[in-house]
Amino acid sequence: MASNAKFNFKKSITDALADKQLRANFKFATDTLRGKRLAVFSDPEETMHLRKVGNGLKRNVLTKLPQLLEQLEAKCKENGIIVHWAETVDEANNIVLDLMEKHSAHKMVKGKSMVSEEMHLNKFLEDQGKLPLETDLGEYIIQLNNEPPSHIIVPAVHKNRKQIAQIFADNIPGVSYTEDTSELLAIARHKLREHYRTADIGLSGVNFAIAESGTLCLVENEGNGRMCTAVPPVHVALMGLEKVVEKLEDIPPLYRLLCGSATGQRITTYFNMIKGPRKAGEKDGPKEVHLIILDNGRSKILADKQLRQTLQCIRCGTCLNHCPVYTRIGGHAYGSTYPGPIGEILMPQVEGLDKKGSLPTASSLCNACEEVCPVMIPIPNLIRRLRDESYDMDGEGVVKGHGFKKSLVETIVWKGWKLTQVNATCNKLMLLGVQLFGNMLPKVGPLKAWTSVRTSPKFARQSLKDLAKKEGIRNE
Amino acid sequence: MGNNPAKVKTVYYFGTCLVDMAYPKAGMAGIKLLQREGVEVIFPQEQGCCGQPAYNSGFRQEAKDVAWKQVQVFSGNNYPIIVPSGSCAGMMKYHYLELFKDDPEYYEVKKFCDRVHELTSYLNNELKAQYTDKGSPVKLTWHSSCHARREMGCTDDSKALIRQLKNVELVEIEREHECCGFGGTFSIKQPEISAAMVHDKVEDIKNTGTKKFLTGDCGCMMNITGHMGKEKVAIEGQHIAEFILERING
Ligand code: SF4
Repeated sequence: MASNAKFNFKKSITDALADKQLRANFKFATDTLRGKRLAVFSDPEETMHLRKVGNGLKRNVLTKLPQLLEQLEAKCKENGIIVHWAETVDEANNIVLDLMEKHSAHKMVKGKSMVSEEMHLNKFLEDQGKLPLETDLGEYIIQLNNEPPSHIIVPAVHKNRKQIAQIFADNIPGVSYTEDTSELLAIARHKLREHYRTADIGLSGVNFAIAESGTLCLVENEGNGRMCTAVPPVHVALMGLEKVVEKLEDIPPLYRLLCGSATGQRITTYFNMIKGPRKAGEKDGPKEVHLIILDNGRSKILADKQLRQTLQCIRCGTCLNHCPVYTRIGGHAYGSTYPGPIGEILMPQVEGLDKKGSLPTASSLCNACEEVCPVMIPIPNLIRRLRDESYDMDGEGVVKGHGFKKSLVETIVWKGWKLTQVNATCNKLMLLGVQLFGNMLPKVGPLKAWTSVRTSPKFARQSLKDLAKKEGIRNE
Repeated sequence: MGNNPAKVKTVYYFGTCLVDMAYPKAGMAGIKLLQREGVEVIFPQEQGCCGQPAYNSGFRQEAKDVAWKQVQVFSGNNYPIIVPSGSCAGMMKYHYLELFKDDPEYYEVKKFCDRVHELTSYLNNELKAQYTDKGSPVKLTWHSSCHARREMGCTDDSKALIRQLKNVELVEIEREHECCGFGGTFSIKQPEISAAMVHDKVEDIKNTGTKKFLTGDCGCMMNITGHMGKEKVAIEGQHIAEFILERING
């Protein structure tokens, strides 16, 4: 499953890098997604303006999150939506299960929901003898193949057409191998329609929940979300508590940022606004609508002014597409519900540094993620913050598991380094050492890692300081 | 510093620790290019590292102590501080503010940060340096460091200087935006990912068909040429300052 205690990041990186097909698939997919994004955000000034608006809206939400959630709850109730609060993923899973039991439900059709991935809901329900069925095409493919998503927007991004053809042939009874995209689509559509018709309950995520009106907004392209939320008699919506927005007017800029960043679209094929169950006299829609609002560590993140920026995320996935690390190792290597840059900052905060503290090491801090994040989350700064907390140098860490990396050797190395940079005599000695012995250092420790794919750095016989002195450059 | 660059007579030079130890010629070339524009250069011998390695590795206090030292070393006068590295300049211009954001020293640090310039952008924008190429025709490509591009925004200035050299053909590299995989201690903490990144960067450089690449950051250069050396790729890397100086001296 996506997240587990025995997560070995090093090993999953090695495995991912060794898979040539995987790297080729990712390179192709992320190049395409980046190109599409650039096409809709072609005017840098306009884009910057829009991002500032998005940033402002999300920051505003976070400053008054409790009130907005209360307002959302009240408005939803008025609209006939039943609201549940879940502090942990266990609580959330059990709420879903209870609802299924209450309605004697066996089969659930699911639209795409990252929160349900966070809850490992499918596994939980399967263990209870239930049948959760993914209906987003990408999710459908990887569920057939028994895998977690590899991307938060494009779950099957790691598969090419041939691999998908094979998955269909191997896992759907009566289907023979075909690489024809329209045939594959027809097969999926045929199967899924059957499921919508016969499902007892439908589940969806929530992209934005509007506090002033109690409206749940769902952004999608395939129409499966609409099917899941409209056909079965019961609809359960799942959201992380940061998904609330204040007003209807807040939606257009956020929607535009989300679509443009995620898939390079101006608008998506479907934009669902759900305001409650079927009313008397209406011909379709579920008879019951439930909203589960999940905390799972979010309110703790909210309490820290710097870290709370993590909660601005609208899950567009564009930081993944632009990350040179994600592009090379793919989503599964992160062993987490959320991979890539957003995963590197979110997962350690949710699950603890002791479990996921290695994720923030997988960044060269190149700033590509920050450059594109539609809501301007300073991801590199937050990565640095989590690295600081890993060593917990000043003992003030707030993230669970802080200080897990504390090591005497590293502490001494950096203290020594500091001395050579702030003390002129130490600096001179260090330069002298580098000049005399720098090119003879044994290839152990950091130098071993460095020289595994590079020749040793060459140190100069005379430092710039020496040269400047010789040239008579003014010293002050 | 006024709006009239002709009035700027004196600047400080921050050489960076890597240039100091491994690429002093590149550092010296930067000084000479500045002097050539009639600027007096002061090079404080007490300077050290900008603090970035510790800052990025989770050792904030050490980074802060080292940063503070630099602020003091350059506090004698309000002269501009010129840095021949986009990465170190970015650290000093933007991240010192982050390091000191809650401290009483913030305003002093801020004054320091405002004086920091990357070398090529200072030459191009402030000094409007003009170069006459005396070298023979050559084709080369340009590698932009992430922080030169995304923090200092000086990539276009670097390229503008190269384009002044009429016998130099600049071939653009595919995926110029992508990191070469150095990232300071990242290349040591995640050597395999870093290796994959530098490998792809070298492929892209090879694909330009040139035999030379220039960069404004010695960190990237050490990483890329190190991998080229290991893979026996016969392409040379050079710091832009050193290259320009060679070309204009003939
Ligand atoms: S962190 Fe920013 S870029 Fe990444 S998924 Fe969230 S909103 Fe999108």
